[in-house]
Amino acid sequence: MSAEFDITETLDVKGASCPMPVLKTKSAIDDIDPGGVLEVVATDSGSMSDIDGWAAGTSGVELLDQAEDGDVYRHYVRKTE
Amino acid sequence: MSTDTPDPTAEDAPSRAELAARVEELEASLAAATGEDSKKMSIIATKGTLDMAYPPLILASTAAAFGYEVTVFHTFWGLDILHEERSKNLKLSSVGNPNMPVPNVVGAIPGMDRITTKMMERRIDDNDTATIEELVDTSLEMGVEFQACQMTIDLMDYDEDNFYDGVTTGVGAATALQDMADADIQLLV
Repeated sequence: MSAEFDITETLDVKGASCPMPVLKTKSAIDDIDPGGVLEVVATDSGSMSDIDGWAAGTSGVELLDQAEDGDVYRHYVRKTE
Repeated sequence: MSTDTPDPTAEDAPSRAELAARVEELEASLAAATGEDSKKMSIIATKGTLDMAYPPLILASTAAAFGYEVTVFHTFWGLDILHEERSKNLKLSSVGNPNMPVPNVVGAIPGMDRITTKMMERRIDDNDTATIEELVDTSLEMGVEFQACQMTIDLMDYDEDNFYDGVTTGVGAATALQDMADADIQLLV
């Protein structure tokens, strides 16, 4: 995809279902430096709504983009602080 | 121009935007220091069947991922969720749930709970749904405070060593009530 950001880290949560994609995203975000972008690769269709909701309700993170590619859902989250 | 009025164009005078940013920064650090920034959730977990163990754990861990301060007060059968051995063998009742594939009269046959539990465990496995143990461990890592009601520990003849490391014991209704009073979200499961 033509991303206007660099991916710092990729988290593979394929196969995992609710609530693990969000929990693992949170842990992975904690481990990267502010400004970094985390790519989350999931197969849980609920992750589209869940990661969006999590990012909106959590301070210090910003959801940059979400993409559906067949059975795979990609989420791009920036750590802002 | 009078001499006692600061020159707004002076180089060392902070701009309005800089001042606004500084105020925002101070408000954020004040909120962080007073703890007013983080929301709180208080859950009372009273059930110990396999299906009813999931909602409090899923909500608690997810709330922790949002940065909430979470306490889950476990009482009566809810204690089994925190019991290291019993949490791995929670059962699904085949009676009293009209959504189950077996009629109550069949569900009441000895051994049926074991069969329906196995069926559910297989589904959980096939679906890659997290296990209860995994959710308890993850929640603890994320800072969820699990409390085991002391009165029911004594009633069930459990010992505090039976529980996962990190579980708080020696608490009662007043602790739970205080948490609920302070919380933004309170749930009884």
